[in-house]
Amino acid sequence: MIVASPKPMEEIIDTVKDCKKLLILGCNECVTVCEAGGKKEVGVLASALRMYFAKQGQQIQIDERTLERQCDHEYLEEIRDIADTYDAILSLACGVGVQFTAEKYLSTVVLPGVNTCFLGATEERGMWTERCQACGACVLARTGGICPVSRCAKRVLNGPCGGSTKGKCEISKEVDCAWQLIVDRLTALGKMDEYEQIAPLKDWSTDRAGGPRKVVKEDVQS
Amino acid sequence: MSLNTESKLEKILKAGHLAVTSECGPPRGTSLDKIEEKANLIKDCVDAINVTDNQTSVTRMCSLAACIKIKLMGLEPVLQMVTRDRNRIAMQSDILGAAGFGVNNMLCLSGDHQSFGDCATGQNVHDLDSMQLVQTVRHMRDEGKFLGGGDIAGPPKIFVGAAANPFADPFEVRVPRLAKKIAAGAEFIQTQCIYNVEKFEKWLGIARDRGLTEKVFILAGVTPMKSAGMARYMKNRVPGMDVPDEIVKRLSDTPKEKQADEGIKICIETMQRLKEVKGVAGFHVMAIEWEEKVPELVEGAGLYPRPEVD
Repeated sequence: MIVASPKPMEEIIDTVKDCKKLLILGCNECVTVCEAGGKKEVGVLASALRMYFAKQGQQIQIDERTLERQCDHEYLEEIRDIADTYDAILSLACGVGVQFTAEKYLSTVVLPGVNTCFLGATEERGMWTERCQACGACVLARTGGICPVSRCAKRVLNGPCGGSTKGKCEISKEVDCAWQLIVDRLTALGKMDEYEQIAPLKDWSTDRAGGPRKVVKEDVQS
Repeated sequence: MSLNTESKLEKILKAGHLAVTSECGPPRGTSLDKIEEKANLIKDCVDAINVTDNQTSVTRMCSLAACIKIKLMGLEPVLQMVTRDRNRIAMQSDILGAAGFGVNNMLCLSGDHQSFGDCATGQNVHDLDSMQLVQTVRHMRDEGKFLGGGDIAGPPKIFVGAAANPFADPFEVRVPRLAKKIAAGAEFIQTQCIYNVEKFEKWLGIARDRGLTEKVFILAGVTPMKSAGMARYMKNRVPGMDVPDEIVKRLSDTPKEKQADEGIKICIETMQRLKEVKGVAGFHVMAIEWEEKVPELVEGAGLYPRPEVD
C-alpha cells in the first residue's frame, strides 16, 4: 500500500490559516490502514484545528468528510455539490488523491495534509517499511524476493557493497542490509549459484527516469 | 606478456613484480598545488597513484582533474570513479576524458553513502553499480562501443580495477563477489585496509582455491594507524572495517608519543607477512593525509626501489 505520514501541525496551520471555510477530506484506503488520513485522523485533525483557531480568536468553519477513495472518479464525484463552497479542501489522501481532487475541482484550493512516503508493508501496529519503488521492471525473481532497488541504500544490483556489517547497512545499524537478506534467502533456497550471475544494466526507462508512466489495459477499455 | 593498455601498473603486474600503489585525496578547493605536493611525497616509492573520488561523500575537486595534474607531472594516476554521483552518460563521458589525457587506470566503486558527507540531503544516482561500471569500461575498451551501441572513435585503453572488502558481511559471499567482479572484467583488485590478517588470508585462500588469483591481480590494502584513538574509531565507526582487539591493545599499551611509530611498525609487519602469501600481487598503501610516511612504509616492507618498466 501507499504509506503516508501526517504533516507537522504548524505546516498545516500555515497553509489553511487564511480560510474561512475548510473541508478536511479523508480517504478510506491506504492512508486509513497506515493511520495517517482515514476518518479517525480527519476527526482528530479537525478538532485540533478548531481548538487552535478558537484560541487565536479566528473564525473558521471546518467540516469533515471521508471518501472511499480519492483516486477514483466515482467516489470523488460524491463531493461535486459541495466542493466549490469551500475556500480550501485539505486532503489527507496520498499525493495521488490530492492531485486527482485538485484536477476535478478547479475553482477550489486543494492542499496536502500528509506526506506521501513510499510503497510499504505493515510490520506491526504503528510501523510501516518500504518494500517497493514501483520501478516498473521487477527484479525480485533474481533476488530471492527481496528488492535491492527499494531496500538497498545504494540500489546495488550485484551487492552487498563493502559497507555491510553484521547484517546491517552502512547508513544505520537500524537498517537491514538488503543484500544480507538476499544472500540468506538464496542460501535457504539453495540458489546461491544464481548469485554469481551478473545483473544486467537496469533499464530505468520504466522508472521515473522515463517520465510519467501509464498503464493501459485495452481489453478492459473496450 | 600481452598488454591490453599503456598502463604502467599493468606492465609491472604482468612482469611479475609486486606492485605498489598509494593514493591522494584531492583538495577541498581549487589549488592544484596540494595535489602536486602530495604526489611529490610519494612519487618515487609507488608505481601508480589512486585519486579518490569525493571520498566519504565529502565534496572535493574532481578526481579526473587531479588525475590529469598527476599525469602532467609525468606520473601514473588511477582514476577512482564512484557510481553514486553520475549516471551512465556522465560516467562514459568522464572515461573518455580520462583516456584522452592518458589516464590509463581506473578503479570502479559504488562509493560511500552520501549521508556520511557534506551533502547528506542530496540525491544519489547509482544508475549502475560498481560491477556494471567495470563491465562498462571493458565494453568501451574491448568492443569500442558505447553502452548505447554506437561506435567510439578511439576507444579508451584503460586498465580496469575494482575494490574488494574481505571483511564486510556476509563473509561467505565475499569470494563469490570477487568472482563476479572478475567475470565483469576487473583486471586488478585493491582491497579494504587489512588489520585482521588471518581473515584476509582465509579469504585469499578460498579465492586461490577457486583459481581467482590466477585471473586477477590482488593488491592488499594497508593503512597505518596514527594512534590508539584512530584504531578505536576505525574499529567502531567505519562500516566494513575489521580491526582486531589486539591491534587496539598494542597501540593503547604504547605511550602516546610513540603510537604513530607503532602504527607504522604494525603496517610494515603486515606488508612483510603478506608479501610471502601466494596470490598477493602487490600493495595499496592508503596513508590517509599522512602521505609523507609512504616512503618509510614501502622501504620498510622491502619494496624499494620500484622496478623500471618500459
